[in-house]
Amino acid sequence: MQRPRTLTVRVDALARVEGEGALHVRVRNGQVHELRLEIYEPPRFFEAFLRGRRFDEAPDITARICGICPVAYQMSACNAIESLFGLSVKGPIRDLRLLLYYGEWIESHALHMFLLHLPDFLGYESALHMARDHPEWVQKGLQIKKAGNALMARIGGREIHPINVRIGGFYSVPSRRDLLEHKEELARARDFIVEALRWMAGLEFPDFEEDYEFVALYHPEEYAILEGQIRSSKGLLVPVSGFEEVFEEFQVPYSNALHSIVRGRGSYMVGPLARFNLNFPQLTPVAREVALSIGLTPPVRNPFRSLLVRGVEILHACEEALRLIEGYEPPDRPWEPVEVRPGTGYGASEAPRGILYHRYRIRADGLIEEAKIVPPTSQNQRRMEDDLRKLVPRLLSLPKDQITWRCEQAIRNYDPCISCATHFLRLEIETE
Amino acid sequence: MARRRKPKLAVWKFASCDGCQLTLLDCEDELLALAGEIEIAYFLEASRAIVRGPYDISLVEGSISTPEQVEQIRKIRRQTRFLVTIGACATAGGIQALRNFADVRGFLDLVYARPEYIKTLEKSLPASAYVPVDFELRGCPIGKGPLLELLSAFLNGRRPSIPNHSVCIECKRRGIVCVMVAQGTPCLGPVTQAGCGALCPAYRRGCYGCFGPMETPNPTSLGNWLLARGMASPDLVRLFRTFNAYAPAFKEAGERYAEAADVDRSS
Repeated sequence: MQRPRTLTVRVDALARVEGEGALHVRVRNGQVHELRLEIYEPPRFFEAFLRGRRFDEAPDITARICGICPVAYQMSACNAIESLFGLSVKGPIRDLRLLLYYGEWIESHALHMFLLHLPDFLGYESALHMARDHPEWVQKGLQIKKAGNALMARIGGREIHPINVRIGGFYSVPSRRDLLEHKEELARARDFIVEALRWMAGLEFPDFEEDYEFVALYHPEEYAILEGQIRSSKGLLVPVSGFEEVFEEFQVPYSNALHSIVRGRGSYMVGPLARFNLNFPQLTPVAREVALSIGLTPPVRNPFRSLLVRGVEILHACEEALRLIEGYEPPDRPWEPVEVRPGTGYGASEAPRGILYHRYRIRADGLIEEAKIVPPTSQNQRRMEDDLRKLVPRLLSLPKDQITWRCEQAIRNYDPCISCATHFLRLEIETE
Repeated sequence: MARRRKPKLAVWKFASCDGCQLTLLDCEDELLALAGEIEIAYFLEASRAIVRGPYDISLVEGSISTPEQVEQIRKIRRQTRFLVTIGACATAGGIQALRNFADVRGFLDLVYARPEYIKTLEKSLPASAYVPVDFELRGCPIGKGPLLELLSAFLNGRRPSIPNHSVCIECKRRGIVCVMVAQGTPCLGPVTQAGCGALCPAYRRGCYGCFGPMETPNPTSLGNWLLARGMASPDLVRLFRTFNAYAPAFKEAGERYAEAADVDRSS
């Protein structure tokens, strides 16, 4: 089929993402001339109004950046501030933090897989449309999601903006019996996700691969989620305090979210694919086995296959949560006391969408003097544009509505959370 | 009897974290049943299919913080029969209303290297500052229970049963030991609207007011009581200034104690 020389495609709203943005693509003679992922979600100025707040308010305030991954914000904030104060949380309090975070991974990944991403692979406008033909998969997806939410609500008090997290630990902790009640639901979620992965592996994945620089946290003893060093597939290995030395953030005129690159190199990818490729040996044996059996051998370089990788991470999270619950005994006290030490604290954790970096400068009286937050979607923004720049020329023989849909799907590979990045997407393709 | 057409629901987003609309998707056991009773006509977080207005019910999340959003909320009001604001951002301006106490240009300079690229209003305000609102659901975030009650009441043509008494009443009903009396922990429970089930006291922390002021609260009485027990004025100001800082009762209390402590001038 002949490639059109001029074509204008414009869609006002890209759906099934968290937050508001637009895509603008201009094609001339089959070449992408201009490509802009525009994030127009209004800024909310978190870094500005954190100034003058007290250190212990940071977990609750920064949670409000994102209703989909509040625990990630709470954990990165605790990491940064506790590292400054010389506290390293261990034992059952750390296990409870892991459990709360696994709950969020399960909830957020199940939301993205079944409700936001899967409808693209089957050609439905939404999971609700999909539910008319595939009610069993939507139901199972919702049940997996519910298992994650229930665990979050138990430990955190509620699933969105949990109230129980504080610097040093928790306000109060569950009993062993409280947690044992979640075993059945988590075991069922684990079985459902294995079943779903075997079915989804048979879906059609667009043939698209890129030589990404994958960046994820690395922890010697576990598949990093709560903490670790920053590692990349092109040789970076630095402590979290070195984040701003290796990555550069800059502003572009068309977006309210800052872009991020590896200094001197360019775009990079954070999130499930990066974690899977860098930390595969640390997944549970069953998660590794299921991954290999459905053709996921690291490195996975097809971003559309992130659908499956999220499922593998759900499996890992369910298994790890079950193991931690089995071994749980409540701590002697729910939190470790802290003493304010002035200075700068750095913290990062693995949000469902990738590395979430926090830095705080804190005064002797405990007030925050400066705060910096770099969310995963902001880091992936440049990479999403690079993917689309490669993808769009291959799509030009398709009907216009198909081009648009495929671009949306490619953006959804990243599960972008625009509320985080500035915090929606309007899609606009203009071809001349 | 022939069934009437399904009512059309739209979910709108302004400046927010997406958490309140996520609450709808978090109704895992009720979502498919709900989709059977209501036509989800516009809900971008869940569907790329868009059905044009007018809408029978609109759920509005987020605060109004840019000139475009002012136009958009007016347009939504014209297309909507029953407009409900959901959450602290839409009902009171949200955490981002902290800018209302400062110079927004200064904030822009702090966050962005090229502030001239960013369009924003001086103040982050609730939808009710620009259009009439038919009902408010409080919370940061809203709860699943009250959301389902609202939709159920709407479908059945009755008034939603949402309490407007204080968190203290919920707390007493649950038999929770008062954190202020027993632990000396500052708590906004006496002035905050119920709806959470006294969640924070149940976890042995003080209420931080995420459901906003109750009907006819007395924040001065609470504030003076806390000051008399040794709380520092700047701490008291911050207690009133979080997720509902610009809700009138909390705003006035915050300003009163800020003036006493000379907080706004020194920052």
